[in-house]
Amino acid sequence: MSTWRIARLVAAKDLRVEWRSRVVVNQVLPFAALVMVMFAFALDNTQLLTRVAPGLVWLATMFSLVVMVQRSFAVETADGALDALQVAGVRPGGIFLGKALALGAQLAVLQLVLLGAAIVLYRTELVAGGIVLLVTTYLAATTGLAFVGTLYGGLAAGAKGRETLLPLLMLPVVAPVLIGATRATEAALGTEGATPSDGWPWIGLLALFALVFGVGGTLAFGSLIDE
Amino acid sequence: MTGFMTSPRNSPGTVAVLDRAPTSTTFSRVLGIATLVGIGWLVVFGLFLSPNDRVQKTGVRIMYIHVPSAWLAYLAFGVTGVSSLAYLWKRTRSLAWDRLAGASAEVGVLFMGITLVSGSLWGRISWGTYWTWDARLTTTAFLFVTYIGYLAVRDLGGTHQQRAKRSAVLAVLAMLEVPLVHFSVTWWRPLHQNETVENGKLSGLMLFTLFVGLIAFTLLYVWLVLHRQRVLTLLDQVDDRGLDVAIAERRNESVPS
Repeated sequence: MSTWRIARLVAAKDLRVEWRSRVVVNQVLPFAALVMVMFAFALDNTQLLTRVAPGLVWLATMFSLVVMVQRSFAVETADGALDALQVAGVRPGGIFLGKALALGAQLAVLQLVLLGAAIVLYRTELVAGGIVLLVTTYLAATTGLAFVGTLYGGLAAGAKGRETLLPLLMLPVVAPVLIGATRATEAALGTEGATPSDGWPWIGLLALFALVFGVGGTLAFGSLIDE
Repeated sequence: MTGFMTSPRNSPGTVAVLDRAPTSTTFSRVLGIATLVGIGWLVVFGLFLSPNDRVQKTGVRIMYIHVPSAWLAYLAFGVTGVSSLAYLWKRTRSLAWDRLAGASAEVGVLFMGITLVSGSLWGRISWGTYWTWDARLTTTAFLFVTYIGYLAVRDLGGTHQQRAKRSAVLAVLAMLEVPLVHFSVTWWRPLHQNETVENGKLSGLMLFTLFVGLIAFTLLYVWLVLHRQRVLTLLDQVDDRGLDVAIAERRNESVPS
């Protein structure tokens, strides 16, 4: 079976598990929305909120990513599913790509919710000229986050009872995405007079990030989940 | 590699040897004395003989701790990365590389911590603030956190081989991550903080003191890592022996008395 076919099957499996259990829809998405409300409580200033909205959207994404990755691998470790897949001789690179694909799809939904929350709660206005940049930013950042999330999720999944380790390992790694995606989003939304042309260099960083962790993850995933 | 790193007397397996296995050899004792002498020199030159800076007055003396510990931390993380690669490469695979990587990372985290603390204090004196969001500072802080995570992963348990493989992969990922973090924070804050003590402004004696610091700290690094990886070797042996003892006990239980 080709790696790509394994990836599609694993992704379909993950999405089916989510479709039937609705854990992300019923728990993670409300959590993300809650974080956005809490930011508003903490900052308590509408002008300030509009100014920092892009950063808050991405910060909420990072927090939700941690929860999502934990869920994605709770499914695998619960009944030793990951071990079973390995024993069955399924190529780890395929498992990695498949789980990243499913995680990316769920992240995309999450980000739509967060962007909606920013528009409603923080008075963020979309700018017609920045839409292409905004969509590209979301695609590039989501790809990178999905790869990193799956990679470090697999690492932490091997360590039973050490869920606390995941944020410590993963959040420093996703810092370039937080910086790059926030700057690019600011450029796309025209925050503080930024123009879309300010945002494109950051797309390069986001794409490089996704490439490094996509290739690195496909190669290294097997060693990390090998118990 | 192994012959140099471990004491010849603690060959694994035998109980008696393990119980009084030393972590010092003649070489490391000489090295320890040299380190002490080097640090003594650094104290004499750093605190007494080197002159005050024109602008920073006596505050400049923090440099003799700050710069060497930063150099040492980067050296340590470099050694961790290289020995992790050596472990991952099949032809050089040996747990000795893994323990060297671990020992070096521990020492690196310690000195990165010293770098950050001494740097904040120096910054407070010379810039009036403990922290600026300058690219180099931010990258350093990220390195610190990343290797704390690395050490946590080393403690996850499992067999020695699992630990070695997992942490080696993580160390290599960290090497990939560091340039990305550095690029992103450099773009994020393009205004670079000027070097506080510019080249050429250092007097000869200050430069000499800095070199004494670099040498003393490098000796200290080698001494600490040498001992730490010997202790890690002993810990691994204790682990292995504990397992053997447990297996032997279970076997004895099944023997009818």
